[in-house]
Amino acid sequence: MIMNNLVAFPLLIPLLAGLIMAIYRKSIPFQRWFSLFSFSLICIISFYLIQQVSIEGIQILELGGWQAPFGIVLVVDMLSALLLMTTGFIGLTCVLFAFGSIGEEREQFYFYPFFQFLITGVNGSFLTGDLFNLFVCFEVMLISSYVLISLGGNKIQLRESIKYVVINTISSTLFLVGIAYLYAVAGTLNMAHLSVRVAESGQPGILTTVAVLLLIVFSLKSALFLFFWLPGAYSAPPTAIAAIFGALLTKVGIYAIFRTSTLIFYHQLEITHTLLGVMAALTMLFGGIGAVAHWDIRNILAYNVIIGVGFIVSGVAIFTPASLIGATYYFIHDMVMKALLFLLGGTVIRIVGSNKLKEMGGLIRNHTLLGWMFFIAALSLAGVPPLSGFIGKILIIQEGLASGAARAGFYWLAAIGLLSSLMVLYSLMKIFINGFWGETLLAQDMEKGDTKGLLLPCVLLTAAGIIWGVGAEIFYPFVEQAGESMVNPNLYIEAVLREVV
Amino acid sequence: MQNQSFGILRGLRRFTEGSVIKIKINDVLLQTVTKVASFVILTFSVYLFLAGHHNPGGGFIGGLVVAAAITLLFLAYDVKTVRAGFPPVDFKVLAVSGVLLAVITGMGAVVFGKPFLSHAFGYFNLPLFGETELATSVIFDVGVALAVLGTALSIIYTISEDMCIWKR
Repeated sequence: MIMNNLVAFPLLIPLLAGLIMAIYRKSIPFQRWFSLFSFSLICIISFYLIQQVSIEGIQILELGGWQAPFGIVLVVDMLSALLLMTTGFIGLTCVLFAFGSIGEEREQFYFYPFFQFLITGVNGSFLTGDLFNLFVCFEVMLISSYVLISLGGNKIQLRESIKYVVINTISSTLFLVGIAYLYAVAGTLNMAHLSVRVAESGQPGILTTVAVLLLIVFSLKSALFLFFWLPGAYSAPPTAIAAIFGALLTKVGIYAIFRTSTLIFYHQLEITHTLLGVMAALTMLFGGIGAVAHWDIRNILAYNVIIGVGFIVSGVAIFTPASLIGATYYFIHDMVMKALLFLLGGTVIRIVGSNKLKEMGGLIRNHTLLGWMFFIAALSLAGVPPLSGFIGKILIIQEGLASGAARAGFYWLAAIGLLSSLMVLYSLMKIFINGFWGETLLAQDMEKGDTKGLLLPCVLLTAAGIIWGVGAEIFYPFVEQAGESMVNPNLYIEAVLREVV
Repeated sequence: MQNQSFGILRGLRRFTEGSVIKIKINDVLLQTVTKVASFVILTFSVYLFLAGHHNPGGGFIGGLVVAAAITLLFLAYDVKTVRAGFPPVDFKVLAVSGVLLAVITGMGAVVFGKPFLSHAFGYFNLPLFGETELATSVIFDVGVALAVLGTALSIIYTISEDMCIWKR
């Protein structure tokens, strides 16, 4: 029997922590400390898992001792392990930000427990090796996010949460329909087993149809092309919650796209991956137009999330080893940077008391650190070397240009990727120039809110972003291993179905 | 028959409006039936819970049926009276501790070096029952039952009280 109980812990720790916190809901200091403890523990365990995976290969746990295609497995390959670690770190920083900004009322009404349950769902999605279980973990995550988005009950929050709930209920129903089709056709939902069966059948038309259906579901969840719900929903809740949404929720959808399109449905590239490419290109274009057009910080940041989604997925669409490595690298960079950007934007809004760019200016005089961190985040997202966005971008765009001869040709995707980088740079520089430069409109004592305790999480995220970029040489082997297990599905299959195949 | 259905309607109204109703309503039929029926329902829930180990049934449906019995009591009498008869446990805490119990049972396997969620069972000679099968998965099921009971009752209890807990 193969097992490694450590694999279940990134899922169990936030679950247990959330439950215990829900019992002691009146004691806010306890909940704060316990949140920090839980996220630190997740970071440590995922760090250990990264070590284990890099030495011993993919780790699995068969729940309850039931063998792989029949029981449910949790699988950690390098991609999952890296994402778990990033999730733990982002959770830690966002909860630190929440201490100073979320307010006592939300803290008393189960904010911290639901934050933990959200992370349970996210980690569960990264861990599971079973398509139905992926659905369940999505639901755990979504239900917690429904609570977090409506907690507080402002008018805007309620309006946006209705839309958000309706969209996600529809996409979840479609997900379930897709799963049912897949089970009817392939007779299994274990991802490794599915991969074997789809490969045996050579992915006929019906399976490609199911693949496209699942792609639609995941693109609704990850705001790939079908992103109309995102800007409203992500600008409604308070900053700490918006940051965790922007950094993690769409990324879980992208992770699902990574898994299904590299592990299961990779036999009809000219259909599925071309579709992915077209959707990614349109996402980047429309997201870019939105980001350039808006003059409201929250909307600009929300549209930047959309551009990031498009760029990551274009790496999957090109589908060469190097482009997948680039996509993985950019994926993690994007998670960290989006969290940072949302936290910085939230801090600016808190200081000025408005989210309109035209009503602010000259913040850098009194908030130097904030200004420079925003500048670094902007350059990093635009892909200026040696910051972290550069390596991901160059790998994806290089492959886009090089693979032109081999397949349908992805020159256009690479071109749109470069164009979107310019749009990102323009939209963020617009915030920087209007918000931080110019005449100081607010004297220090006229500011609406203070930055007490809010800068530490931003500093942590900026540091992580810089290390991820400058230390690329150190991290590259790990990311390369993640890409390798995506290019070669047999590694995953052999790890999960060791005794059957 | 008609009288009885009116009784339920009145019960519902009283249930939603709490002690606001001043008029004395005659609920003899509903209350008398409830006194007997709730015992039958509770007994049935225990049967369902225990049957679940090998046959259809289990913690989820067992907990749900208990919640149904208590909801019936809420309707026939009013929420305050029934609540006074229970130990003063917050239903939300009940639900949470149920899930906690289930997860911790699953983690017990980790302590013994087995995969998470593994369960054990054995046959024991108990004084009154003779040879009996005892399984750790029953503890898991108790957790599930508590979670379902707590969730269902806290939903019922929340919609029965007509006040906003969020400070404006």
